[in-house]
Amino acid sequence: VKIVVLVKAVPDTWDARELDPQTGRIDRSGTPLIDEVGERAIEAALAHRDQGAEVEIVALAMGPESAREVLTKALALGADSAIHVVDDALAGSDMLRTSAVLASAITRTGFDLVLAGNESTDGRGGMLPAMVAERLGVAHATHLNSIEFDGASLRGQRQIEAGTVAVEAEFPAVASLTEQAPEARFPNFRGIMKAKKKPYERLTIGDLGIVEPAAGSIVHAVRMRAERVGGTTVVDDGTAGERIAQFLADNHQI
Amino acid sequence: MSVLTVVEVTPAGRLGTTTHTQLSAASALDPAITALAVCPPDAADAIAAALGELGVARVIIVENQNPAALLSPEVDAVATVAARTPNLAGILVPHTVDGRELAGRVAVRLDAAVASDAVALEIEDGVVIATHSVFGGAYAVTSGVSAGPLIVTVRPGSFSGFEALAVAPQIERETVGAVGPAARMGGVATAEASGRPDLRTASKVVAGGRGLGSQENFALVDELADRLGAAVGASRAAVDAGFAPHSAQVGQTGTTVAPELYIALGISGAIQHLAGMQTAKTIVAVTKDPDAPILRLADLGVVGDVFDVVPQLIAALDARRAR
Repeated sequence: VKIVVLVKAVPDTWDARELDPQTGRIDRSGTPLIDEVGERAIEAALAHRDQGAEVEIVALAMGPESAREVLTKALALGADSAIHVVDDALAGSDMLRTSAVLASAITRTGFDLVLAGNESTDGRGGMLPAMVAERLGVAHATHLNSIEFDGASLRGQRQIEAGTVAVEAEFPAVASLTEQAPEARFPNFRGIMKAKKKPYERLTIGDLGIVEPAAGSIVHAVRMRAERVGGTTVVDDGTAGERIAQFLADNHQI
Repeated sequence: MSVLTVVEVTPAGRLGTTTHTQLSAASALDPAITALAVCPPDAADAIAAALGELGVARVIIVENQNPAALLSPEVDAVATVAARTPNLAGILVPHTVDGRELAGRVAVRLDAAVASDAVALEIEDGVVIATHSVFGGAYAVTSGVSAGPLIVTVRPGSFSGFEALAVAPQIERETVGAVGPAARMGGVATAEASGRPDLRTASKVVAGGRGLGSQENFALVDELADRLGAAVGASRAAVDAGFAPHSAQVGQTGTTVAPELYIALGISGAIQHLAGMQTAKTIVAVTKDPDAPILRLADLGVVGDVFDVVPQLIAALDARRAR
């Protein structure tokens, strides 16, 4: 099975994250991390290999130079090769364009299964894997809490608001995993050393020859929310529970 | 200028809980609403009647002959109707798991831009402009489109005030049958009904953190929530420790909430968590740690032991209720 895993370099969710007030783009100047849910997608591919299946894993990222770090991590975890689509002209791409670029890179390398996280922690659109599936003309089986596959098809549990739904799809297909899927392993020393020798391909827009979408999102305005001003802090003197009840009553919350 | 509003139909063939939000969002752009519902054939009459009663001027019902195909019939239906709609300015889709993917696939099919998770909408010179809340409400970004319609997913609960117009609806029926490659769905295992409000749209949320110490102790959070008619939330630390289910997680990687009242128990307030709740109108926090970041945001912060403070609070609420 040839699996292309989509990984994204994102700002650390444990740090404050910022938008450029002019462009509305995410400030990516800090050191990015591999999006955790994307790591879980790599884990699903590795787990399949652990069961003795023949698996080729290609990690694919579109992002600035700094995204190299996350692809290196994917290689250290066990991906066989990495593709980095990096081009200044891609900065600020919306989902329509990003899906075109990724689909083009996926078609170029070939695939049985595309695996991704269900939504990135920065954009949180939750629709990119389905958009990539539409461009590739294949089924999407996404937002899966669990996944199993063989050489020809996949099965999983899709998480929707109302509950879970059992889904299955024949390859080629696009699947995405939620945070409920198993966590990624840690890269070991051998993996880290081997990562440096694995194939690492850099592609530009020119290499991919994408057809530019007819439309794009235009940011009109970016407003920052006013800093929240805190209220009163008290140390419990044995009456704090009463005090909260009074506060809720005064604020018409009870 | 026309706008298509996709309404959610549940697997059981009823209008989904996002319907009021969808119709409210639609009426903010144009009071004469065109609603599109893709539903199983046996539910078509009931859905058409329900939308008509709600005062939707034009109802397009697409009977789905292949309901086990994951979203492919819906994509075909919406893209087909959109393609023949003159002067289409926007398509409004619920920001649910299914809705987001429907919007994404339709956007690709129509080669149209997509805007995700809108909390406000306006129309300017025939162009739909959407405002999104980014990074848990730290920013509000307003965006439009360079050309063509804008496909928008609308955050559930972010629009209200839709009032039915007394109109005789125009109802159109069609069918969608054979579909392209699609995943097949089995039955839905419904989430266990807690009887509590939905976390995403609840007006009150009581959330617990690592300070609760164990899954058993987390019952204190549930107890206070039930006294207040609130939804139950949890910090990521509490979820990772197994105190609460993942579905309760509030924060940058969980659910973003904006309730009237947010009560944080045993939560220190890592940025991760604050980003998911800082737009709550009123915040009350109880934590042992006097340096906890959440105290800087709280309207009322208590430095104390949740196992002393919360039982007293519950007793005080009961006493007030008894009066």
